[in-house]
Amino acid sequence: MREIMILTRENLTNLILAALLLAVPFAADALGQPFYITLATRIAILALAATGLNLALGLGGLVSFGHAAFFGIGGYVAGILAAHAFSGDPLLFGLSGTKQMWAIWTVAVIISGLVGLAIGAISLRTSGVYFIMITLAFAQMVYYFAISWPAYGGEDGLSILVRNQFPGVMTMIPLNFFLICYVALLLALGLFALIRASRFGTALQAARQNEVRVATVGIQPYRIRLTAFAISAAITGLAGALFADLNRFVSPSMLSWHMSGELIVLIILGGTGRLFGPLAGAALYVIFEYALGGLTERWQFFLGLILLAVVLFARGGLLGLLAGKAKHG
Amino acid sequence: MVEPVLQISNLVKNFGALRATDGVTLDLRPGEIHALIGPNGAGKSTLIHQICGTLRQDSGTVRFAGQDIGSLGVADRARLGLGRTFQVSSIAPDFSGLRNVMLAVQAKQGSSFRFFKPVMRDRSLIDTAMAMLERVGLTARARIPAAELSHGERRQLEIAMALALGSKAFLLDEPMAGMGPEGSKSLTRFLDTLRQEAPILLVEHDMDAVFALADRISVLVYGRIIATGTVEEIRRDPTVRTAYLGDHA
Repeated sequence: MREIMILTRENLTNLILAALLLAVPFAADALGQPFYITLATRIAILALAATGLNLALGLGGLVSFGHAAFFGIGGYVAGILAAHAFSGDPLLFGLSGTKQMWAIWTVAVIISGLVGLAIGAISLRTSGVYFIMITLAFAQMVYYFAISWPAYGGEDGLSILVRNQFPGVMTMIPLNFFLICYVALLLALGLFALIRASRFGTALQAARQNEVRVATVGIQPYRIRLTAFAISAAITGLAGALFADLNRFVSPSMLSWHMSGELIVLIILGGTGRLFGPLAGAALYVIFEYALGGLTERWQFFLGLILLAVVLFARGGLLGLLAGKAKHG
Repeated sequence: MVEPVLQISNLVKNFGALRATDGVTLDLRPGEIHALIGPNGAGKSTLIHQICGTLRQDSGTVRFAGQDIGSLGVADRARLGLGRTFQVSSIAPDFSGLRNVMLAVQAKQGSSFRFFKPVMRDRSLIDTAMAMLERVGLTARARIPAAELSHGERRQLEIAMALALGSKAFLLDEPMAGMGPEGSKSLTRFLDTLRQEAPILLVEHDMDAVFALADRISVLVYGRIIATGTVEEIRRDPTVRTAYLGDHA
């Protein structure tokens, strides 16, 4: 972690980004503008989801176009557990639902991680365009399953009447819920940084750069990638559970391919494979959506222009501009 | 006779109607450099692919270190100690030379499924990797991204990685390719010392290097070994002269 302790240009940029995200809700709270707290919470949650994807896409070079599946599964775990806790109907094998976030998060992480393992086990036998298409196909299967399953709202989605609970915290207060999401984001970023610097991360990044080289030293890229894909799915699933609690609503739109695309866009905007790329990207995206969305319904047209500019002229994304080129050791 | 490290017997590989490997039998004995030469299209690459596991043979066997490895994948063969370099150097370009070799060291040490300890503070990885880089003379360039290394330096880096694996045999695919005359000379001197580490199967077009280094030479033409012998025997062999060497010998 020594590299993280030294105040490089990148670390300074990261510190400022993290501080800004923390400062905005407090300022909004003081000024009596709770809407901006919700905006900041949205940024934190999308950044968390994209941090999960960044592990697969940024470090591993695995362009998953199906991470909405994990985001949505996390969301539905929160919605379904809360709905059962509310109605008192037992869930499976006589287990009841729950309104405790801790329990919900655990289930969300485990289930999305397992689904990630299953989807990854098949998808990772392909590469390139085929990998993109097969992950998309799996996510669409989950999407249509959710639409056609009437028990949990089908196309209409599922409401969470009261936000789920966290011991000792009033989660209905926007600032409190923001802090929960903020801490979750910081923990995920810490995990990302640790993994990136570890032996596992070395093998994962090497497999992105040169698969043949990794096999030639005796490491099977498939196992490394599959593990990374499952961890990636679990983190994105956790973000989904928080997103459902933020909106107190979960619908199939969380599972749609637009969501998968949005997560990829966040990473490219922020800087692929960079620790704070997802946060920078999510902030840019949400601010854009809000600022331009107020002016024109076609704000996504302008987002497209910016994305084009980033891909053509600033390949390192926002972090590449702010913090310079990535260093790999 | 000593047991060969690598023993290839009656290897056959067809691509449709083309028989790319036609009953090749070849061995590599401890301490030797065995050169494999042959004109372009003779099937050298196909043979190498079958030895290191990227291609599966249609029939015949590949034995390595006393074990039949003919059905194993690339990573498993590497773990058994088959170290190789590529015609076009194969490295992780974003990583420094040091971290490239550290990848090989961690593979040799066993597990890549460690998620929390930073490798750049892991002395057991760094020290071993630096020792390998020193042996190939890359110490001063260790921390430069591998993409910025010269052609010859990348080749040295690949050899350092093969050394780090503790290879029981080296499979070097045209190591002299693209090297200048000076580079070729120093690499020749280095390979001469490398044979003490483990035997080398050397696929090479540079005849000066082959004649300087090889204990034995096998000549591959149209997927078939037409002659195996010492440098002198191969130089004198009339079939080899017509098939390949031409005026060179």
